[in-house]
Amino acid sequence: MKVALFATCLVDTLNPSVAMATASLLQRLGHEVVVPPGQACCGQMHVNTGYRREAVGIVANHVRAFAGAEAVVSPSGSCVASIHHQQADVARRAGEHQLAADAEALAGRTWELSQFLVDVLGVTDVGAYYPHRVTYHPTCHSLRLLKVGDRPYQLLRAVRGLELVELPAAEQCCGFGGTFAVKNADTSTAMLTDKMANVLATHAEVCTAGDASCLMHIGGGLSRLKAGTRTVHLAEILASTEEAVTPQQSTSPAVTRPTTPTVPA
Amino acid sequence: MTATVPPKAPTFLGLPTAPRGVGHLRGEQSFPDAARGALRDGQLRANLGHATSTIRGKRARVVAELPDWEQLREAGRALKAATMARLDDHLEELERQVTARGGVVHWARDANEANEIVTRLVLATGATEVVKVKSMATQEIALNEALEAAGLDVFETDLAELIVQLGEDKPSHILVPAIHKNRAEIREIFARTIPGVDPALTDDPRQLAMAARAHLRERFLRARVAISGANFGVAETGTLTVVESEGNGRMCLTLPETLITVMGIEKVVPTWRDLEVFLQLLPRSSTGERMNPYTSAWAGVTPGDGPQEFHLVLLDNGRTAVLADEVGREALHCIRCSACLNVCPVYERTGGHSYGSVYPGPIGAILSPQLTGVEDNASLPYASSLCGACFEVCPVAIDIPSILVHLRAEHVEAQQKPTAEAIAFRGLATAMSHPRLWHLAQRASRLGRLIARGRATLPNVLPPPLSGWTRSRDLPTPPTSTFVEQWTREHGGTQ
Repeated sequence: MKVALFATCLVDTLNPSVAMATASLLQRLGHEVVVPPGQACCGQMHVNTGYRREAVGIVANHVRAFAGAEAVVSPSGSCVASIHHQQADVARRAGEHQLAADAEALAGRTWELSQFLVDVLGVTDVGAYYPHRVTYHPTCHSLRLLKVGDRPYQLLRAVRGLELVELPAAEQCCGFGGTFAVKNADTSTAMLTDKMANVLATHAEVCTAGDASCLMHIGGGLSRLKAGTRTVHLAEILASTEEAVTPQQSTSPAVTRPTTPTVPA
Repeated sequence: MTATVPPKAPTFLGLPTAPRGVGHLRGEQSFPDAARGALRDGQLRANLGHATSTIRGKRARVVAELPDWEQLREAGRALKAATMARLDDHLEELERQVTARGGVVHWARDANEANEIVTRLVLATGATEVVKVKSMATQEIALNEALEAAGLDVFETDLAELIVQLGEDKPSHILVPAIHKNRAEIREIFARTIPGVDPALTDDPRQLAMAARAHLRERFLRARVAISGANFGVAETGTLTVVESEGNGRMCLTLPETLITVMGIEKVVPTWRDLEVFLQLLPRSSTGERMNPYTSAWAGVTPGDGPQEFHLVLLDNGRTAVLADEVGREALHCIRCSACLNVCPVYERTGGHSYGSVYPGPIGAILSPQLTGVEDNASLPYASSLCGACFEVCPVAIDIPSILVHLRAEHVEAQQKPTAEAIAFRGLATAMSHPRLWHLAQRASRLGRLIARGRATLPNVLPPPLSGWTRSRDLPTPPTSTFVEQWTREHGGTQ
């Protein structure tokens, strides 16, 4: 299958390795990956902060960038949820009915990574190897808006060498919430503290999730505390293989750079 | 000959919201400021953490027992939506039926009118004191304060409401107004304020309940006037209902000669049969019980049985304005169960007082700003991480996160002058709408590398608003190139 990768604005700008891992994983599974260079953002941050009028242009750009894509995959539950639940509404409210229809059609071809792997490709064992103790945080939007359910757990359980430990109070929000983390910094930090206490109680080396934004929040808190636990995106774990393990590797993701697009024979 | 000038059409100023200067819908501080203090109160955090996790567990267990819970929720949602669509008809029918059964119906545009009506009715009986059933509507309009200003003594009879009243405190939860107090604190309040209380009173829950009972019983027996709210008002039969746990409500509703009920206009349901759905949804969502211990229902007056004078005050106080907003009106579907408060990670940490309104938590964050007008409660729609736990448990499926986002937009769009935030968001939106500008903006973010000076994270002290983040969390140093740049370099412009 030819898969168009939507990196998301955050991953593209701050965590390129997450998108690299997503591309590498999809190629390893025999799919062609394309990266539309016109992509920017889904518009979620604007909509959720109250700038829904301003988000119309962002939605239009997204729809333009991915026009003609057969399948769009993104390593973010939150951005895919915005594409599914917000984009068309934002366009419709602004009277842009053609854009709303296009956004709705594109949403129908857009998948969050774990849903794409399990539901569309029908794989749970992606051939990954990641010899670490890992705990999984189900991010709110993947859990409650996309309802990814146990798909990430199915994928993680099939990873060789990986010891999956249950996160207590896993379904409580980490306190990120986009601009909430800044506008209500104290409450956000209080939520983060409790999330970190639960993560650290697992004695996991790595806390993983399907959203780079929530991981940047949890990881930013753990880093400030000089805690030993790292945050690593689910895509990076699934992209790791025996060949990619280096003597230097500790808990940092072992991801090979995708080289040339591999087209299934 | 002079041309007749057509009379100028009056300017429509919008529907009235709840007036300022009366009632408890507006806080003195913004949510972030109020929360800052609450977050530092370790006792409050412990009390709330314990209480909300207990009730969350109870609710989850009893909801899981019902295989048709989702259908019940949908029935509740649909009934509310259909009722709101013809609210005026249902209210007029309710008025007709209550009147036909010997009750008197009063219409109150706002808190001032409602307080004035109730005060006048109480004074007309010659009574000097009233007993009260727990009621959110009367808390909303600050009825107790209005009655006290008229020289009347007001006694709350719900245990938690009594604790709040004796402690000269404010309610912090819709169902459990004293949820922020633990039993040691309650013992202290009772020992200090209840006349003639046993000095050996301990914090054993049974002892506390017995002390409250002894204090209240005397008041029930001598009360001539009671004031209640209503969970539901059935239009078809003119029946009012109160759902409760303690039985104090039943005492108030049956013993006095005069009963005055203050009901928000959104509490009307068309038919008796509709209660079938709501009386299943409410107790499971609220107290985590299959059925609440007491459900009282009455219609008008019955000669020789119960109150011989019954008044129903129908309260608007901004509700019609809420109804006019086609996105926000779902907030009127609320049946005041508190399930959203109990699962909310923000409420659990900040407590109810931080919201400044008698309606705290997620439902309060969408209801209070709509009742008062968004500008009077502008920080509340932002008091949520949009985690969605509230929507998941709401027994009438109110999409609280979507309404929060809608109200944020109402706030932004109401601003007359552009704020620094608005300018930044507009600039960013322009960049994110044009790939070339976006790539320039991404490159500009690499200036962060200069201040990081080779470290993996940016300095802890960044200027506002980033300081809100960096005070407690590290921010990674931006990499040397973006993913799209790297990919395009290695693969060419694929398409």
